[in-house]
Amino acid sequence: MAKYIIKRVLRSLLTMFIIITILFALLRLMPIEGYFENFDKMSSTQIQVKLNSLGLNDPLPKQLMRFYQQLLQGDLGVSNVYRRGVAITEIIGEKIPISIKLGLISLCISLAVGLPLGILMARSTRTRFKIGDRLGTVFIVIVQAVPSAVYHILIQFAGSQTYIGKEILGFPMLFDAANPKSYILPVISLSIGSIAYYAMWLRRYMVDESNKDYIRLARAKGVPGGAISRRHVFRNAFVPMVQYIRNSILFTLMGSLYVESLYSVPGMGGLLVTAIKRQDNTLVQALVLIYAVISILGLLFGDILMGIVDPRISFAKKEGAR
Amino acid sequence: MKRLGFRSLRNEKTDKLGDSLNEKLAAEAAMTDAEKFSFEEFDPSEAERGGYSGYSYWRATLRVFWQNKVAVFFLVVMAALLLFTFIQPYLPGQKDPLLIHNDQWGLPLNNMPPSEEFWFGTNSIGQDLWARIWAGTRTSLFIGFAVAAIEAVVGILVGVLWGYVRKLDFFLTELYNVLDNIPQTLLLILISYVMNPGVDTIIFALSLTGWLGMARFIRNQIIIIRDRDYNLASRCLGVSTGRIMVKNLLPYLVSVITMRMALAIPSAIGNEVFVTYIGIGLPLDTPSLGNLIQTGRSLMTVASLRYQLYFPVVVLALITISFYIIGNAFADAADPKNHVK
Repeated sequence: MAKYIIKRVLRSLLTMFIIITILFALLRLMPIEGYFENFDKMSSTQIQVKLNSLGLNDPLPKQLMRFYQQLLQGDLGVSNVYRRGVAITEIIGEKIPISIKLGLISLCISLAVGLPLGILMARSTRTRFKIGDRLGTVFIVIVQAVPSAVYHILIQFAGSQTYIGKEILGFPMLFDAANPKSYILPVISLSIGSIAYYAMWLRRYMVDESNKDYIRLARAKGVPGGAISRRHVFRNAFVPMVQYIRNSILFTLMGSLYVESLYSVPGMGGLLVTAIKRQDNTLVQALVLIYAVISILGLLFGDILMGIVDPRISFAKKEGAR
Repeated sequence: MKRLGFRSLRNEKTDKLGDSLNEKLAAEAAMTDAEKFSFEEFDPSEAERGGYSGYSYWRATLRVFWQNKVAVFFLVVMAALLLFTFIQPYLPGQKDPLLIHNDQWGLPLNNMPPSEEFWFGTNSIGQDLWARIWAGTRTSLFIGFAVAAIEAVVGILVGVLWGYVRKLDFFLTELYNVLDNIPQTLLLILISYVMNPGVDTIIFALSLTGWLGMARFIRNQIIIIRDRDYNLASRCLGVSTGRIMVKNLLPYLVSVITMRMALAIPSAIGNEVFVTYIGIGLPLDTPSLGNLIQTGRSLMTVASLRYQLYFPVVVLALITISFYIIGNAFADAADPKNHVK
């Protein structure tokens, strides 16, 4: 186990190193306008002076070494366009708490809704018309097949309308930190993908488990369906679910890019979209880096959790046909 | 003999075989000892005869697929949609997706609601939305098919090498473990940000890591079947590695490959919508479902203009759901375990 963790950590470090280098290389290919607030009005000597002061005229290996050094010291550089001259760590420091808060809420919600939905679907496969299972499957297919960019828009749109002239739904369309009601739609958007994902896999594992002989025996003995489902089927089916937590973390992270800017949440995801639109090179560089680091840590956490929860799970990642 | 449960496949040939066996048994019972213990003539055709089940992989696959009525429905929907998308520009009375329509005073006919002249209405600068949606569908489908094709080619190539060539296993496994940790969305954003926006940029960015999943899947399957007896026999008989791969291994993987390709198409289309939303996707003069939806979204607050969001969303949802359901149904049908019920 310890050996595995060490290996896994080293591998994450290597990935991080590669991402940093790719990031550096790609951003040096960018047009240099992204380092200036008003490029068009500057003379060429002014531009050269600024480039020299930023160290962008140095030979590339020297720039790369300096980039690593700065990163190790936690220095992400200075924003050039978005908020000129402000250290990026400071900008991000203001934005990060709200992103973490929304992300954690939606991770919890997706577990709290996805798992019961999976159980409901699995239990309904034993009823006559399988209504719950069918409805759930339709929901899962829609969430999986329709691009997230589209269903987020639909959630925002449908959730912000009022119906039947009364106070049904009609949540605020844009996020406002002071108004708890405005959290609802972004959290739904962020968690709906994971809900479908958890429900799909838990249903699959529970159906597999409930076809086993010992469950059949319990049923033949007359143990009530609810007790079988709770005590035997769910407990055994839950263990392999741990491996999906890591993917769910990744979903939420990447979803936050879109969702935060859609609801204008003042978080990191929205900031990255703004930085890209305004071509602020250093800010984009810093944010991509932070996102990469968080997702690598998330995957690392998920893999280690998986190893701890169930020793039977081999460390090779599993992936099903669906 | 184990009974294969499909009656449609048990054709005349099998019945004949059964009859001839029964006749033979009856004849044997009537034989005297002297006849029984005499030498039999060697008959080469008799030696060739083996068991016959009338089983055909593709016929069984299609039969199982056909039983899934939902999938068949979506197959029809998608076939009609694809056909229409490609013949639409050649139909009479279609408009140019980039042409700005003006009224008799030279003012643009912008934001016209759906009418007989403009079936889906016009957008904010007076272009025909009907023509733009089909042009956009063509662009998006092209991206989807291109990404799926590249994913299949690279994924199969790497996957087969990874699974079959033992010396490469360690290297490719480590490479996979490192590359797999890079979130695809971030890479897509970064590459679209750095390179010029365009169809080729998006295809390149999505293909860069898209093949990883396919390669891994194929590698795992190949490791499972690589040392089965029939492959061992082929190797002993001196069959070349290339031929083993193409003839013995790949047919086994058809279902996995088609399913992953079918699922790669909607996800590529979805990613195009996403980068366009961020503002680094396709320019507006290349209509795509992504920038149509993005334009529609910005007009969402005006109730009378919502048709500009609804139409592209409905087309997009139809395409992606069809691909998803057909892909899954085909994968189920192509799995030989589902052929015998």
